Amino acid sequence: MLHPAPHDVLAAQPVIEFRDLTCGYAGDIVLRDINLRIMSGDFVGILGPSGSGKTTILRTILGAVDIYGGQLLVEGHEIRDRRPSVGYVPQLETVDWNFPITVEQTVLLGRAGNGWLPWPGREDRERAHAIMRRLGIDSLARRHIRALSGGQQQRVFLARALVSNPRVLLLDEPTTGVDIKTRDDVLHLLDELNHEDITIIMTTHELNAVAAHLPWVICVNRRIVAEGPPHEVYNPQTLLETYGAEMDVIQHNGLTLVAETPHRLGRGPHGAGRRVHQQEEHQHDV
Amino acid sequence: MFEPLQYEFFIRGLIAATVVGALCGLIGVYIVLRRMAYIGHGLSHAVFGGAVVSYVMSFNFYLGASIWGFLSALLINATTRKRHFIAADAAIGIITTASFALGVALISRYKTFTRSFDAALFGNILGVSQGDLYAIYGVTALAVLLMLLFYRRLLFTTFDPEVARFYGIPTDWVDTLFSLVLAATIVVSMQVMGVTLIAAAIVIPPITARLLSYNFNTVMVLSVLIGAATGFAGMYSSYFVDVSSGANIVLTAAAAFLLAMGYSSLREWLAIRHGTALEAATAGQPVSAEPGAGLWE
Repeated sequence: MLHPAPHDVLAAQPVIEFRDLTCGYAGDIVLRDINLRIMSGDFVGILGPSGSGKTTILRTILGAVDIYGGQLLVEGHEIRDRRPSVGYVPQLETVDWNFPITVEQTVLLGRAGNGWLPWPGREDRERAHAIMRRLGIDSLARRHIRALSGGQQQRVFLARALVSNPRVLLLDEPTTGVDIKTRDDVLHLLDELNHEDITIIMTTHELNAVAAHLPWVICVNRRIVAEGPPHEVYNPQTLLETYGAEMDVIQHNGLTLVAETPHRLGRGPHGAGRRVHQQEEHQHDV
Repeated sequence: MFEPLQYEFFIRGLIAATVVGALCGLIGVYIVLRRMAYIGHGLSHAVFGGAVVSYVMSFNFYLGASIWGFLSALLINATTRKRHFIAADAAIGIITTASFALGVALISRYKTFTRSFDAALFGNILGVSQGDLYAIYGVTALAVLLMLLFYRRLLFTTFDPEVARFYGIPTDWVDTLFSLVLAATIVVSMQVMGVTLIAAAIVIPPITARLLSYNFNTVMVLSVLIGAATGFAGMYSSYFVDVSSGANIVLTAAAAFLLAMGYSSLREWLAIRHGTALEAATAGQPVSAEPGAGLWE
């Protein structure tokens, strides 16, 4: 476990609170009656199959989702009255890598909404370079964003999110498509940031490599199926409700892990027929 | 050599071609990076419809055509935003061709003024008046001012519109402002390039600049310089080669593109040959080759 601090649900004021929230896009409800309390200093992983509403939870905090019922509170205030101080790291696959932009220019975009100076001011540049140094990408400032390794690219967008001094960091599948070392580096970096009192909420598909190491996970499938530390949440019943598939849980080196047994091809009692699939229901991540 | 400069109308045309080239190069960077290259072509056709309507209603040409173009651009944005399954190119195709068709329909209905619109269709740079030049100066000054003032917000909105919105950038306002500048640019460029050649003036300089640099600021400066230089060279040389000025400007820009393409390919080939395609600073980590990395950072 990266950060042993418990998710203190009884603490006075959540940073972000979903209260019976129902939301979606253009009339289509994606999440129904969501109740969540994100406390200051939390490091939370959101799990669920494609189309379960993981990204929608992040987008709700960002104010990019239609709310049909309930409330979203930021430090006790309605979100329309108080925008959260949030940094957002999108999925890398959504980035236009052919866009002519350097690492420094990309990071500085995180402060584009600050002030009315047409170009980045001295304070903007100092802050950007401090963050780039912190993340070990300062020497790459003049490089094009495509001429970087996967880990460096992830750090660039992390730097863009951090340059505005956010209290909450939202990451959409930050470890998807990166190698094991990069994934490790990113997780440890996030852990360090979390120890600097930045609240972190990230979505992930990686049950063992990522979520099992987090102090708190939330299982989502159009509703909150369960939340808690992985050793409590990882059980066959919760996983079946979340993923619609039977999964075994094992203990290994003090970690609770999901045994991802390969499907046996063909018919029979132990073959694919045993597994429950609901992928037809949700083909796209929303 | 300096023979054409003895004609005042030629000097006016030369100034117009150079300034419009720079203006199209400036706006073009955003157009190309937003993958809306077709909008220059489409909007110039839409503006043609507006120009005819202005004429019929005895309305000021610049004002009428600009408002028409602006509304067309807004309609295109609104259509793609409201109906996500209608892609930008499809929305451009529908709205601008309908507007163009309206212009053609009005011309065929009121045949008396057909000749006046030859200039709008094919450009009449030698007929540029002092008033036209003032309009070009005004729009260029407005464009430069707005591009400078909204530099960071425009860049973020172009690079990553969704995330820009999350960071509190009023992307809808930025898009609206940009549509206004674009419509005005196309209206003042019509007299110089003509409806049919505007798209080339907007697309070729930024693409050529992109072949030479991967730095946004450098691409912007190079695009403006290439637009101005090819506008000037194309216009000036048209006197000697005795071909249509608008066509010659576009051919000059295309030649600049070919040169840049050749340079870029040669550089890539040399880099592969010498094994220096990837910068050593990445210390052996897997990186992607950057085809545009080049002459200017």
